[in-house]
Amino acid sequence: MTGVHSLTGAYVPASSPLHRLPAGVKLAGLAAACSVLVLLRSPWALAGAAVVVAGLHALARVGVAAAWAQVRPVRWFAVVLFAMQFAFAGLDGAVTTTLRVVLAVALAGLVTLTTRVSDMMAALERCLSPVRFVGLDPLRLSLLLSLTVRSVPVVAELATRVREAQRARGVERSLRAFAVPLVVSSLRHADALGEALSARGLDD
Amino acid sequence: MIEFADVHVRLGRRDVLRGITASLPERRVGVVGANGSGKSTLARLVNGLALPTSGSVTVLGMDTRRDGGRIRRGVGFLFTDPDAQIVMPTVAEDVAFSLRRKRLARAEVERRVGEVLARYGLADHADHPAHHLSGGQKQLLALCSIMVLEPDLLVMDEPTTLLDLRHSRQVAALLEEMPQQVLVVTHDLPLLAGFDRVLVLDEGRVVADGAPAEAVAHYRALMA
Repeated sequence: MTGVHSLTGAYVPASSPLHRLPAGVKLAGLAAACSVLVLLRSPWALAGAAVVVAGLHALARVGVAAAWAQVRPVRWFAVVLFAMQFAFAGLDGAVTTTLRVVLAVALAGLVTLTTRVSDMMAALERCLSPVRFVGLDPLRLSLLLSLTVRSVPVVAELATRVREAQRARGVERSLRAFAVPLVVSSLRHADALGEALSARGLDD
Repeated sequence: MIEFADVHVRLGRRDVLRGITASLPERRVGVVGANGSGKSTLARLVNGLALPTSGSVTVLGMDTRRDGGRIRRGVGFLFTDPDAQIVMPTVAEDVAFSLRRKRLARAEVERRVGEVLARYGLADHADHPAHHLSGGQKQLLALCSIMVLEPDLLVMDEPTTLLDLRHSRQVAALLEEMPQQVLVVTHDLPLLAGFDRVLVLDEGRVVADGAPAEAVAHYRALMA
């Protein structure tokens, strides 16, 4: 569930300067920092960037475990990337490319750890405000994105329930017996969610 | 005030409700009935989630067919399964989500969210992921997300079905305190004890209507 958790429950409440920064500023900063990472060529420059990233994590006071949870999903990818780069581009190339990827993921994770999803959605809603001119509602678009994020743990939970029901009936490995009830229960959930959103006045 | 005037609802080939007529001015109204008796459809009629095939439903002085949107802003609706109602990742964010259309200042949103979470005992969970809460806490969160809008009327569709005894009692106690009119569809017969009026539905018709003790006795006889 780490992947699911990192998507939905990663925000670490604190009152650090990074937490207080507006979500829009953090997203723009992330884009700028990733561009700088691409421009850095030497391993020493990237090592310096790593120190800065570690410093930002310390400033945000998010804790080592939470920071590691953000980077953990790419650990094997990083190992494979390092090996491939080492074989084709040598040690310098392997270090720079791998550090670039890991640091970009760590920075994105830091934004996630210090920003509430609702603040992210509000920032997005402001960015999307020009879509009004083509008849779209920015609130609905940002709602679509927050519902996508929210759907990840819901579908994961439905999948767990279906798998447990399968095991209880002694059906261990049948794709059809897994997929059909999962799709049906997901559609039922979508219906119920739509009705709940209407009931909360979101259809006006 | 809720008024049903000769309401029929037909879904496909099935007559779900067959001529419901009732004026409900009481503060606490319960609806009981067997599965498939039409009670959930009756609840959905109150905020226009379902519309009558014929007849009319008037809520807060408005017709649900004409003023569905306005009615939904004044009527809170609590579903059986809280998972379907939780939209945002954390507890406080989900409650704040209800206030988005109001375009309030951030401080005011935080004040209202903090107040409602404290009232329903979820203040310590404000920043917790909503999907990590227990079933009972999720139902309380769903209730917070409705009550933060201060609705004039509340409809609950089997609010205690998925709850343990402690959370069922908590919901019953909260119901007692609410100043709004509340219509509750339920199988939880003890919940109805302090109600002002209970309707018993059977095959889409009201077959008993009165004080909880008599209505529940009628329902028990019907189920025997």
